[in-house]
Amino acid sequence: MRSQLVLRVIAKLLIPFMLLFALYVQFHGDFGPGGGFQAGVITAAAVIFYGLIYGLPAARRLVPDRFVESMIAGGVLLYGGVGVAGMLLGGNFLDYFVLAADPVHGQHRGILLVELGVLITVAGVMLKIFYVFAGRGRDPGGA
Amino acid sequence: MISEHLPILQVVLPLLAAPLIVLFRHATLAWLLAAAASWCSFVIAVLLFFTVPAGGAFDYALGSWAAPWGIGYRIDSASAYVLVLVSLIASVVVTYARTSIAAEVDRDSHYLFYAMFVLCLGGLLGIAATNDAFNLFVFLEISSLSSYVLIAIGRNRRALHAAFQYLIMGTIGATFYVIGVGLLYLMTGTLNMADMAERLAQVGETRPVLSALAFITVGLSLKIALFPLHFWLPNAYASAPSVVSAFLAGTATKVSVYVLMRFLFSVFGARLSLDALHLFDVLVGLSIAATVAASLVALFQDDLKRMLAYSSVAQVGYITLGIALNNADGLTAAVIHLFNHGITKVALFMLVGGIVLRMGTTRFSDMAGLARRMPFTAFGFVVAGLSLIGVPASAGFVTKWYLVMAALERAHWWLAALVVATSLISALYVWRFVEMAYLREPAGEVRRAEAPLSLLIPAWIMVLACTYFGLETSYSLTGAQEAAAALVRGFR
Repeated sequence: MRSQLVLRVIAKLLIPFMLLFALYVQFHGDFGPGGGFQAGVITAAAVIFYGLIYGLPAARRLVPDRFVESMIAGGVLLYGGVGVAGMLLGGNFLDYFVLAADPVHGQHRGILLVELGVLITVAGVMLKIFYVFAGRGRDPGGA
Repeated sequence: MISEHLPILQVVLPLLAAPLIVLFRHATLAWLLAAAASWCSFVIAVLLFFTVPAGGAFDYALGSWAAPWGIGYRIDSASAYVLVLVSLIASVVVTYARTSIAAEVDRDSHYLFYAMFVLCLGGLLGIAATNDAFNLFVFLEISSLSSYVLIAIGRNRRALHAAFQYLIMGTIGATFYVIGVGLLYLMTGTLNMADMAERLAQVGETRPVLSALAFITVGLSLKIALFPLHFWLPNAYASAPSVVSAFLAGTATKVSVYVLMRFLFSVFGARLSLDALHLFDVLVGLSIAATVAASLVALFQDDLKRMLAYSSVAQVGYITLGIALNNADGLTAAVIHLFNHGITKVALFMLVGGIVLRMGTTRFSDMAGLARRMPFTAFGFVVAGLSLIGVPASAGFVTKWYLVMAALERAHWWLAALVVATSLISALYVWRFVEMAYLREPAGEVRRAEAPLSLLIPAWIMVLACTYFGLETSYSLTGAQEAAAALVRGFR
């Protein structure tokens, strides 16, 4: 793809909007279709798109493997952490009512944080799958 | 204040330990975290086991959403019994794992191994704790997916094929289960198992409900490796790392049996006349086939781990036989055999792990003169083997006793005779080991090379437990009786 000037320029133009759209889907998940899973897939798609145009090594420099693995774990931990926070604030596990003084506000806060955890983990898993498949035959040790 | 959160902490502690382990990416730290999570869940399980009121249950509403709408956890005597069994085995196995895993798994994957281990533990505990049929499916998948990884993670290349085979069979089983749950949801409009059991009364024995029963029974039979659906198990157990064989042999199939009992007795049983459906007759037939055929196959294996795996298939037959007899003693036998067979098989697989470490092989022909090389391992194998056979003063005997009583109660004297006869077959394959280890002359020079204490001590704790729970049955037996009563009582 090195010589495809049009693709390279368009990709650079598009990727910021893809990431922005991911955030829109994430934050609008409260009121309309969308949410953490879809936003995570779109986030990962932006990086995968970058990898397709600029090559796998470039994508791996941008989002290294170790970072991807931490994303997978970190998202789950954020999700579980919100649950534990509900417990520490005197409610049950995953109780969002207690996360803010106003219970409705608490529900909003809880679901946004949990969905953020979903976004991080889903994006991480999607990237991991892409790296493993695209890296077949290139990485030492197969996989 | 913290005591009311115990039902959820039971599940969440190991589940959250898994991502922490991945974040730290450190082999020793991973082991410490996994061990801490396992032992904490064991303590929680024991607390729940001793505080759960007889005939009652602890209810926990996730996110403070009341039960039929939100996901509810429910710990009654039956689930507490399974929780104790699973977390006990996990704690002993994780203590044992460090040395064994260092020898059998590449160092780069150690942290992944422990992450998968606690994930699997969290899934298994979740299955026992939840009262939501779909949440149960999610935990079933969590534990299954992580166990596929656990089986394939070792250096044995054959494990990849075995794990893939297990993945296919396990996925079919889980799919059947979720189809069954879907049909039940269609007919009752609820996923909460207590609510479901209640509403099935209004629905009656319609075709979707009967199909759901069929799908769930077949799906779970795949997971518990009931006789004609057992082909994934010997391969998986034989090629997995020793720690994984020990852990899965003692927990994975046992938890699935618990789910089967939960659905047959608590969800369907209260409302459907299962006797009229001949379900139990079919189960009796399959159980007999399992015990006889798998015991005979085990007799002709030339690999120690494969032999133990086939013996597991046979022992599952005893458990389902107890379920199929469908009386108080039979159900008690089924529940207590979850525990008795669990600790016995774990002990045996853990001892085999020591043999793998020192000899690098599990072939029968290489076991010649083992008793001189590894006296404690060989002797432990014999003691645990006696429990496998069901000799008096061993844990296995308690099961066989109740099984025979249950068969006689139903006036199936031939069944009682069959239980004794199949025990003789298991005596034969344990004897094969004794003959090899004690009576054959070893090939070449014998140097004493006992398994390291870090393997021997946890293994021997389980070996001694096999004897202890054969002599002192107050906890295991009364626990099983209460669990059986709780299963039949259901959610009332």
